[in-house]
Amino acid sequence: MAKQYETVIGLEVHVELATKTKIFCGCSTRFGGAPNTHTCPVCTGMPGSLPVLNKQVVEYAMAIGLAANCEITRICKFDRKNYFYPDNPQNYQISQLYLPIARNGYVEIGTGKTKKRVRIHEMHMEEDAGKLVHDEWDDTSIVDFNRSGVPLVEIVSEPDMRSAEEVLAYLEKLRMIIQYLGASDCKLQEGSMRADINLSVREAGSDKLGTRTEMKNLNSFKAIARAIEGERQRQIEILESGKEVIQETRRWDDNKEYSYAMRSKEDAQDYRYFPEPDLVPVVIDDAWIEKIKAEQPEFQDAKISRYREEFGLPEYDAQIITSSIHLAKLFERAAALCSKPKKVSNWLMVETLRLLKEHGMEPEEIRFSPENLAKLVELAETGTINSSVAKGVFEKMFAADMDPEAYVKEHGLKTVNDEGELNAVLEKVIADNPQAAADYRGGKEKALGALVGQTMKAMKGKADPGRVNQRLREMLS
Amino acid sequence: MDICKMTALELGRRIRQRNLSVPEVVNAYLARIEAIEPAVNSFVTVDTERALERARKVQKGIDDGTYKSPLAGVPVAIKDNLCTTGMLTTCSSKILGNFRPAFSAEAVRNLEKAGAVILGKTNMDEFAMGSTTETSYYGATKNPWNLEHVPGGSSGGSCAAVAAEECPFALGSDTGGSIRQPSSFCGVVGIKPTYGTVSRYGLIAYGSSLDQVGPVAKNVSDCAAALEAIASHDEKDSTSIRREDYRFTEALVDDVKDMRIGIPKDYFGDGLDGEVKAHILNAVKALEEKGASVEEFDLELVQHAIPAYYVIASAEASSNLARFDGVKYGYRTEDYDGLHRMYKKTRSEGFGPEVKRRIMLGSFVLSSGYYDAYYLKALRTKALIKRAFDRAFERYDIIAAPAAPTTAPKLGESLSDPIRMYLGDIYTVSVNLAGLPGITVPVGQDKKGLPIGMQLIGDCFAEKKIIRAAYAFEQGKSWEAPEISGVLTQGVPGRDGISREGGR
Repeated sequence: MAKQYETVIGLEVHVELATKTKIFCGCSTRFGGAPNTHTCPVCTGMPGSLPVLNKQVVEYAMAIGLAANCEITRICKFDRKNYFYPDNPQNYQISQLYLPIARNGYVEIGTGKTKKRVRIHEMHMEEDAGKLVHDEWDDTSIVDFNRSGVPLVEIVSEPDMRSAEEVLAYLEKLRMIIQYLGASDCKLQEGSMRADINLSVREAGSDKLGTRTEMKNLNSFKAIARAIEGERQRQIEILESGKEVIQETRRWDDNKEYSYAMRSKEDAQDYRYFPEPDLVPVVIDDAWIEKIKAEQPEFQDAKISRYREEFGLPEYDAQIITSSIHLAKLFERAAALCSKPKKVSNWLMVETLRLLKEHGMEPEEIRFSPENLAKLVELAETGTINSSVAKGVFEKMFAADMDPEAYVKEHGLKTVNDEGELNAVLEKVIADNPQAAADYRGGKEKALGALVGQTMKAMKGKADPGRVNQRLREMLS
Repeated sequence: MDICKMTALELGRRIRQRNLSVPEVVNAYLARIEAIEPAVNSFVTVDTERALERARKVQKGIDDGTYKSPLAGVPVAIKDNLCTTGMLTTCSSKILGNFRPAFSAEAVRNLEKAGAVILGKTNMDEFAMGSTTETSYYGATKNPWNLEHVPGGSSGGSCAAVAAEECPFALGSDTGGSIRQPSSFCGVVGIKPTYGTVSRYGLIAYGSSLDQVGPVAKNVSDCAAALEAIASHDEKDSTSIRREDYRFTEALVDDVKDMRIGIPKDYFGDGLDGEVKAHILNAVKALEEKGASVEEFDLELVQHAIPAYYVIASAEASSNLARFDGVKYGYRTEDYDGLHRMYKKTRSEGFGPEVKRRIMLGSFVLSSGYYDAYYLKALRTKALIKRAFDRAFERYDIIAAPAAPTTAPKLGESLSDPIRMYLGDIYTVSVNLAGLPGITVPVGQDKKGLPIGMQLIGDCFAEKKIIRAAYAFEQGKSWEAPEISGVLTQGVPGRDGISREGGR
């Protein structure tokens, strides 16, 4: 019988913090911009320049650490990580090794019986590097330091995950916490959240860890799932053939669905870490921690209970809506405006999720405003437009935010409530479809549907289908 | 009236009184530099045009009341590891041979705000690594008292320039004695302030946790006035300290009554030259006669200071100098194949042997497996040394010591034996490890006519005490310039690649 294997996974997650300015200078962190326009002597490593720590970086890092149940290091320090590369203007990165800001935390993944803790080993602050642009034609490389000095935190988990599902659940959880805090937008595609995967396999039941590899270049959840499966298979094949896994860093190529060795442990660099002498230790006292704690937002669990109690939402709906701070904010705002939380929830749970899925979008990419969603709910609930018109208007709103009231008015989509007009149409429809009318009268209930459809068509969808149904029954009885 | 013989404060006074004009003063110094430089080589860069233009501007500023400081209109020379906007800043290295900073060091800006006029940039040991100013890529500086001797280092250019009257005062930097030791060798006054007193912003770092900028001048008053001008709290330097009191010139008082002076026995032992020892003890006696009390004591850990210093300074240097890689600025090798060869060739060609030695030493002590044994141990030693000084300052106001074991050695004697050169820093490095202020004041000459300086060390933030003691000692002595032999007859010494800016 074939051996059973267990996959052991730990993650190193880099998150770009949403500060306005860089970690050690006053330059803007704004994405884009012409190359080297968000730079100064500090973030380009000019001789004589010195770093000055951005306090907001420490506060975001503390907030994330506290939300992830970490101990905050009361005297934390920065260290230099030395390596030569042109995107790194000083040829050292200011990071934290010996006294990182947060340690020994955990986050919970899964729900109910499948709840599990993924422990966090440590989290540290550091600066991002610049970007190298290789010009193939000219055979040169050009450096853009706009990203140099953008603040990052790196969150290092313990090897507590056993499957791609758990890894994705962990990442979703981290992303949710950080987005709730407003500390980052956590976009994998844009690189504001990046995950490196440490993976090893071992025979099921063994308590010894196998040799691990580190996988880099993973820029979507799908790529992460594929890379985990690919690496798991690769390592099992190696072990099955009686060979040993080599400890190395590998680069995942998601197009080829294969990873390539980048460097082995032997060529691993010695970063010669030592305390950064240009920065003084960051001393964090109780008062500061209490201040950050007090500023923490209402997290998911609290929101779920509140949504159930205050708005009477089903647990499942509350769970889904709160899984994204963007959905939760949209919900709360729209519900407050129209005072119809359940209806708002329905629009989010059904139509919004359907369209997001159809377009492969994330909740933060939703374009319509809570104000307009609230208006749409009002329009539908007061019967100003019927439900199928409402759906159509919503789709337009989803594609490009607009005021549904104005749209309905402009396109004349209001439900016609003029009985005279309706009666005239109904009489015409009955007259034009004698067979269907006769069928209904003969007991064929289904025939009514065809007549309703004809009526709606004749009224260009602007009738209230319930009312049409009712009137037809009366007229044909 | 010989302008170049005057002190900085006297020049400032005469300029303010319209007895002298700023261009007149600057021209006098530029002429002096022109005459002296071939023999002494204190400068890497003399910016004649800019100095004259600035002199005219400052004169206008004095006339319209913009500049009122005691140093308004007074020329100054700046060590070449302090950034000066648009003016070459080479650290006396080939690798920065073409480097013009986009900003000026905070200390330089403070001087400019006071109305000082920069004459140029002074020679130094490459990246401040050395004790003789012989490791400069732009040729050694000579000691104005005897051109066959070194001026000391690394701020040898600044100290020699002041001694040779090429400028009334100068800025230097001190990581392990680089102001105090050359001040001793050149017979001038130099102050290394408490760590954090002068901003390091714009000082091209050697050992960041030890580096301090400080002034060099002909006498204690000038030095105190210059320190007052450059010291400031600077938010751009996280290690800068906001001090309660920057009025260092208030300490220019001839009174050491009841001042307690400690004499560390270990500093006056076997390694110290007899003549140096005798002169310093005489100077201490003079202070005793003025009412100070003097006592010998054991300053512990003296023998551990040098290894701790070289480990820490080299470790920081190996990282600080990593940015000089040929990518963004400075020298880049001509022919290379690929990035890594470009790095290697650029750095191999761009750095001199002493810099390479310290980069290698620093990289070694930080490498995995050695970090604890060397770097961490050195940090612990540093903390212990600080504690030993703390104990001493419970009993003494100031500590009197030599600044170097001997007077200035001959050119070429030191480089062949780097260990011996390192050991020469024994009396100065502890002060940097403990972050303390120190001042060197001339106390006499040896039989060869080479100057001897006494170092006075204070507790953190106690600059005023050492300034007061040095000032009291200096009373009754006036500035005497060295006779610079054969200035006009001697040929121009080898000036490998020296840069000259402006109409020369």
